[in-house]
Parts: sequence; C-alpha cells; structure tokens
Amino acid sequence: MNYSLQLMMALPELVLAVGAILLMLVAAWGGAQSTKLVSWTAIAVLIGAGISLAGPASAGGEAFGGLYRPDMFAAFAKALIFLAAGISILIAPRFFQETSGDDLRPEYPVLILLSAAGMGMMVSAGDLMSLYVGLELQSLSAYILASFMRRDTRSAEAGLKYFVLGALASGILLYGISLVYGFSGTTLFSGIADAYASGDQKIGLLFGLVFVFSGLAFKMSAVPFHMWTPDVYEGAPTPVTTFFASAPKVAAVALATRVAIDAMGPAIADWRQIVIFASLASIVFGSVAAIRQENIKRLLAYSSIANVGFALVGLAAGGEAGVSSVLYYMAIYVVMTMGSFLVVLQMRDGEGRPVETISSLAGMSRTRPGLALALMIFMFSLAGIPPLLGFFSKLQVFLAAVHAGLWVFAALAAAASTIGAFYYLRVIKVMYFDEPAPAFPGRTDPIEGALLVIAAVVISPLGWPLLGYLEIWSGAAAKALF
Amino acid sequence: MSGFPILTVMLAVPALAAIACLFLSAQGARWLALATTFVNLALGMLLWANFQSGDGAAQWQFVEHVRLFGIGGAEFAWALGIDGFALLLIVLSVFLMPICIGASWLSITKRVPEYMAAFLATEVLMIGTFAAQDLMLFYVFFEGGLIPMFLIIGIWGGANRIYASYKFFLYTLLGSLLMLIAIIYMILTTGTTSIPALMQHDFPANVQTWLWLAFFASFAVKMPMWPVHTWLPDAHVQAPTAGSVILAGVLLKLGGYGFLRFSLPMFPEASAQFIWLVFALSAVAVVYTSLVALVQSDMKKLIAYSSVAHMAIVTFGLFALNSQGIEGAMMVMLGHGVVSGALFLCVGVIYDRLHTREIDRYGGLAINMPRYAVLFLLFTMASVGLPGTSNFIGEFLSLAGIYQVSTLYALIGTTGIILGAAYMLYLYRRVAFGDLTKDDVKAMPDLDLREFAMLGALAAVTLWMGVYPESFMKPMRGDVEKLVARLERAAPAGDSAPTAGKPAPAAHHGETHAAAPAAHGEAH
Repeated sequence: MNYSLQLMMALPELVLAVGAILLMLVAAWGGAQSTKLVSWTAIAVLIGAGISLAGPASAGGEAFGGLYRPDMFAAFAKALIFLAAGISILIAPRFFQETSGDDLRPEYPVLILLSAAGMGMMVSAGDLMSLYVGLELQSLSAYILASFMRRDTRSAEAGLKYFVLGALASGILLYGISLVYGFSGTTLFSGIADAYASGDQKIGLLFGLVFVFSGLAFKMSAVPFHMWTPDVYEGAPTPVTTFFASAPKVAAVALATRVAIDAMGPAIADWRQIVIFASLASIVFGSVAAIRQENIKRLLAYSSIANVGFALVGLAAGGEAGVSSVLYYMAIYVVMTMGSFLVVLQMRDGEGRPVETISSLAGMSRTRPGLALALMIFMFSLAGIPPLLGFFSKLQVFLAAVHAGLWVFAALAAAASTIGAFYYLRVIKVMYFDEPAPAFPGRTDPIEGALLVIAAVVISPLGWPLLGYLEIWSGAAAKALF
Repeated sequence: MSGFPILTVMLAVPALAAIACLFLSAQGARWLALATTFVNLALGMLLWANFQSGDGAAQWQFVEHVRLFGIGGAEFAWALGIDGFALLLIVLSVFLMPICIGASWLSITKRVPEYMAAFLATEVLMIGTFAAQDLMLFYVFFEGGLIPMFLIIGIWGGANRIYASYKFFLYTLLGSLLMLIAIIYMILTTGTTSIPALMQHDFPANVQTWLWLAFFASFAVKMPMWPVHTWLPDAHVQAPTAGSVILAGVLLKLGGYGFLRFSLPMFPEASAQFIWLVFALSAVAVVYTSLVALVQSDMKKLIAYSSVAHMAIVTFGLFALNSQGIEGAMMVMLGHGVVSGALFLCVGVIYDRLHTREIDRYGGLAINMPRYAVLFLLFTMASVGLPGTSNFIGEFLSLAGIYQVSTLYALIGTTGIILGAAYMLYLYRRVAFGDLTKDDVKAMPDLDLREFAMLGALAAVTLWMGVYPESFMKPMRGDVEKLVARLERAAPAGDSAPTAGKPAPAAHHGETHAAAPAAHGEAH
C-alpha cells in the first residue's frame, strides 16, 4: 500500500495534530489576547477533522502495518468525540472569565485538540502500541485540563489526583499489555486474537486480559476503578468536566469494545464475566452512591459511572448487535450528559460565581422555567423514562443483552436502574416541588443557550426521527469490527 | 371515516394544546385546556359512533401504520388501532378529562399553565396507551404516563406529596422494567412488534410462564393488586382532586387493560396456570382492603381502598376466563371509572369548602346541601352496586363468571361487595346524615352550577350504564368472543358445572365425588 494513501487514512489525526502544534505556536507568541482566534480556529480544525472522516479514514482496511484501523467503527466514535470536543471549547471562555476573573488562556483549545488526536488514535488502534500511545496522549492532556484553573486549589487537587491514579492505571494496563505480548508474541490485535483462539498459554493470556480490562475500566471509570471520578469531576472546571464526561468516555468505551472484540474476541467467555461484573457493579454502586450527593457535579459523576455500566451491558452481549448498541448508547449519552452540564454552567450566584449545590436548584421551575424544563428532560432521559431518547438507548443495550441470551443479567440491570431513577427524581423534585431559592441571574450566553435548546430538543420526542439514522450508522459501525 | 387519522388527531390535539398552555396566562390555560378536552370528547364520540360492531365488523378499526425507525432489528412503528375494549376505555378517558379540568378550575391557583399542560399530556399518554398497536409504542405511552402524574402529585398535592409521588413513580417503574425485558424477549423471538400479530402467536408454555410473570409484575402494580397496592392510598390522598379522578378513573384501568390485551390472549396457558395466584391475591384484596376501608377516617383514603377492592373484582372476572367474567370485568372498570371519579369529585367539593378530608369534621350535610347529598347518595349506591347503577352490571357479571370456575371465590367476592356496602353507607351516614352541629359546616353552600354540571354528567352516565348497558356491551362483544375462543383451550373446568338431573341416586353420588377434587384443586 502506498504511503500517501496510508496518510490519508490517518488524516483526521494528522489534521488535529498539525493544527494543535500550529495553534500552540500562535498561543505562545500571541498570549492571552489570542484565545478567541485560537478557539475558533481549533473548532475549525475539529470540523476539518470531522470532514476528513468521510474519505479513506472510514473506508476500512488498515494502515501502517496494522497499527491503525480507519474503519466505520472508528469514524462513528471520532464523530462523537470531535463533536463533544468542539462543544467543550465553545462553552469554556465565559466560565473561566466569570470564575477566575482572567480570560481563558489559549492553551485550553490546544490541549483539547491534542486530547482529541489521542482519542482518535485510541479508537483507531489496531495494535497495543498505538493503543497505548493514543491513550497517554489523551490522558496527559486531560491531567493538565483538570488543573487548568491554576489558582484554584480544588482544580489543582483534581489534576494531581487524576494524574496519580491515571498513572497507576496506565501502569496496570502496561503490565497487562506486557503479559499479553509475552504470551502471544505480538502486539497486533489480529495476532493476539489468534493466540487466544489457539488456546495455548491460556493462564498467561488470561492474566493479561484481566490486567488490560482493569486498566481500561479505570479509563472508563467503571466500578471498581471509578474512585477518581467524583473528585476529579467536582474539582475540575465545569467545561472541562463536561469534556471528561463526554469525549474521553466515548473513546474509552469504544477502545474497550475494540480490544474486547478485535483482540480478545475468542476469549469472550472470559472477559464477559469481567464486563458483567463491572457493569452491574457500576450501575448499582453509581446509583446508590449518587443518592446522598449534595453537589450536582458529583451527582453527575456518579451518573456517568452508572451510564458506563449500562453501556457495558451492550458490550457484555458481544456480537454485532452488542457493539452497535454500545455506540448507540454512547451517542445518546453524550447529548444527555452534555445537556446536563450545560445547565450546571448556568448555575451562578448573584455575583456570577458558580454554585454547585443541588439545593441551589430549588424552585428553579419558577425562577428559570426554561432551564428547569431542559434539566428535567435530561434527568428523566438519564433515568430511561420513555418517550425520551434515554429510554431508547437503554432499550437498545437490553435488546442486545437479551439477544445474546443474557436475560437474567438484563433483568437485573433493568431492575437496578430503578435505584438510579431515585436520584434523578430528586433533582426534579428540588426544581419543581420545593420553594424557590434565590434565582440564578437570568443571562444565558447565546451560544450556550442555543446548544442547550438543541440538546433538549434532540432528547425530547422531537428527536425520534434521528433514531432511525442512529440505528443505521451504529449498525454500519458495528459491522466494521466483524 | 376511512383515511382520516382520527386517533392521531386525538393524540395531536391535546399534545399541541399542552405545549401552547405553557405560554399562556392562568385563565387562558384553563380555557384552552377545557376547549381541548371538549374537542377530544367530540372526537371520541365520533369514534364511538363510527365504530362497527356486530357480525362482519373488523376486529381492529381506525388502523394507522407508519414505520418510524428500526430498533435492534425490530421496527418501531406509529401503529394505532382500536378494538371494542380500547374504544370503551378511550371514551371513558375523554369523558373524564373535561370533568377533571372543571374540577381544577378554582381549586388550583398556583402554576396553572403547567398544571393544565400536565393534564393534557396525561390525556395524550392514556389515549396512546389504549390505541397503540405496536408493542414498543404501547410501552412508551404506558411508561411515559408516569412523568405527568409524578409532577401532578408532587407539585399540586397535599402535605406529604413528595413521599407519595416517589412511591408512585418508583413502584410502577420497577414493575414496568421487568415487563420491558419480557417485551424485548417477545420481540426478538417473534421478530414482530405488532400487538395483533402477537395476540395470535403461541409461545411455548414454559416461556409463557416467565413472560406472564414479568407482565404480571407491571400490571399488578398498576392495577393495583394486594400486596403491591400501597402506593395507591398515598398517591390518592396527596393528589389534587382532579388527579385522583384521573388516577382512579383511567390510570387504574391500565392494569386491567394490560391483562386483557396481553396476559390473557398472548399467554393463555400461563394465565390458566396462575389462576390460583390471581384469585388468591384478589380474594385477600377484596376482603382485606374492604376491612381497611371500614376504619379509615380520611375520606379519600377510604375511597382509595375501595378502589383496590373493586379492582380485585376486575381481576377475579378477567381470570375466570369466560365471557361473563371478562365482560363483567370490563363493565366494572368502566363503572368504577365513572363512579370512583364521581366520589373523588364529591370529596373534592366539600374539601374545597372546608379544607379537610377528615370524615368526623362533617355531618348533617343533607340538611344544608341537599343537592349534593342526593348526588353523593347516588354515587354511594352505585359504588355499592345497587341494581340500576353502573357497578351492578359489572359486579354481577363478574361474580357470575367466577361462580362458573369456583364457588368458593364467588363467595369471597360477594363478601367483599357486602363489606363494600358497609363502608360506603357508613361513610355516607357520617358525612351526610346526623345533626348539623358544626358552625363551619353549616356555612357551607350547596353545589354551584359548575359542580352540578360535572356531577350531573357523571350521574347521567352512571344511570345509563346501569339501565341500558347494551350500549357499552355491544362494541366489546365480538372481542370478548374472540378472546374466549382463544382462551378455550386453557380455560379451567369449573367446580359448579350444572349437572343434568339423574334419577338414580348412585349416579348422583358419583357426580359429587368427581367434582370434589376439582374444587380442591382450585382452592389451592
């Protein structure tokens, strides 16, 4: 295969990487005044990367000797990642200005771009090496982003915590990778799959599998490797939290799916147990722990843990239907969760400082009815109540699980989602049933307002027409793995 | 009527009005909601008038089918269509809605636009549930109904409203999620989401058992059956008057409708297999909740418990698996919808004046509120099942149906009705009769025109159903026949089958012995 075609296949990451480096130079010389220019250019770069997905980057096949897979699966995940990354850039400037008093530094969009490049690499990985490099690029950018408000101790703490625990997880993952490599003799996914299929070196490979899945579970924040999530989500600046809850989550889940299916497909009986446990534990623990939270960002952090649990229901099912349901779930999850965080961004006290307590939402249906309606839609949707789209995404993963014969597991997960409904209802109760607290100042940034309206409309029954396309696209993406 | 998508219109009109309400003033929202519910009532009457019944009529009428999108290999379609059962329940819903809006006219003063929007949304979801012909669409409507009811109880309810709204929501959600897994299984194994097709599908008997139990988990909670009925008294007591009316009038019928539409025709063998369970729970409910009703000091709670007892008669009738039982169950549902709605309204009328539901705070209302006392008496009698009122027809048919299956349970069911007479008459005596001693009660004015119109309409229908039930039996007769034909292979042999008189004493002796084990089997 000629080299230029291979480069064309990796065009989205190339666009992002080159764009990020150039913008870093602009930022270095332009200083704080260049933020606006860098932000909008970064969004243009993301759009460009998105457009380049249409070419050879989603045509299938492999590049660089199997290191890189430009298929529909990767393209689907990348489209979601780029979208979430772009929105995270859009919502940032006002938050930083009102919170810290300084303008947003231009490194923020650059770091998001670098992280997006890493995530693109992750979901396209066809080899444990490219997997690890992509993952680290994403993670290192994320550590810095978490502590982006340098003078805020909570933000710094979040960054440090994230870094230490993330490094630990990377170590676990690397150890797993070394075991898999040692016992299979290759880092290529296809070769690893052959090794698992052959059944030689079973114990060693099994240990490798367990460690690899543990590392991936950390990145997805699935129980029992979730402990960093609430602290990091609470401490990180809200736009960064929005980013963490969306793009890297999609990347991690997509990566885990690819590793599970492509590299360890023949060992499905082994990893299915791990995934089922992580899934149920995430749903139950994420839901139970969320009940007592007083901070809305922590609540949403636990909600994201529970949501990963539901996405894993689809992964546990395996097969084409399972993979397609995971992507379907993540697509709707991203819209719901970004919408919720957009509402959190509007929560400010009289002086414009952000407030994060759930009790400050009290009576919002009377002081800010539109905002309350939007958050109610997201909450009911996250709880999986029809006719909102969150129901259809849950339905999709349950369909896949029952299809795979795991109907006891599906019934348990469904029953456990009642616990989740409890804390989502609490947010609605505070907004709609309680007496009003002081209103949030009534100024919503036009861009944020527009994004909020779009997210709410998409999640409402008006978004049903999109589900047909989502079904087709996620189906096509899943086909690429088989 | 061919070609005109009347069901979609009936869903679209309140849906659009609900959105419009949010942008109106309180008074504007009231009038828009009232106008909308009247439009829907007119459409409902049109539906009824154009519904073909009798020989040669199609089972499913006003059918609409538009494919919306695929979901996990199955299709999700906007498939609507009604048979006789659905028709009657839709007519009940659209009839009660204007009354609900009327009942809230003055008593709801805060956040009126949202209130009206929530009610109209409830109407959409109820009609949708009854009209859906696609299994997924049914679930969406069925479950979506939780959202507006949660808000209605939680925002406009009484002191303990938050606890009640949570309980209502989580109880029903848990039941429904198990049903969802069963629905998924059915869709995957049959490859279709069409309810009419699934009603003809024969699932293997062992699969039926599990599916039946999953559906039962949902419908038993919605119904509600003992012991999962405890959300109902809480929800009723805390809901505003109109919320109680719609809850008792229509939402409780979702469970019965579910049994009728899904459990019986789709899983006939399992239904027969679990008759003992349904009968046992119903028997406990009918006696136990009647006794509980007897000692209530809160009027709404009393009527709520009486609803549980009436719903037990419905489940009794349905699982008799014969035509009297099913027709009777359906008539109890309709009759109870009207009568319990009216009773909650009666409570609402005096609650609006005195702001208490304590029975002891009233007394002697027959003296200063004669019109009210007459109408309240009529509904009390209807609730007791006096001949000439709606509930008599249903209760009599249900008990006749049960009697064919089990004399013992017929006896218990009848006991419940006697207890029903006890607690209703006791309630009426304490509220309406006696001396008018309390000053604030003396000051209560009689019904005004609005209240009189609402209660009068309900009274007229109560009498209509009692005197000429044929209007209501006719649309469902064909469907009952089809359902009984489907259940025939599984229907149990009764213990009370009349035996032809045989002169020889020895032969007669033999007959009683043959019947005895059957009765024994039923009792367990």
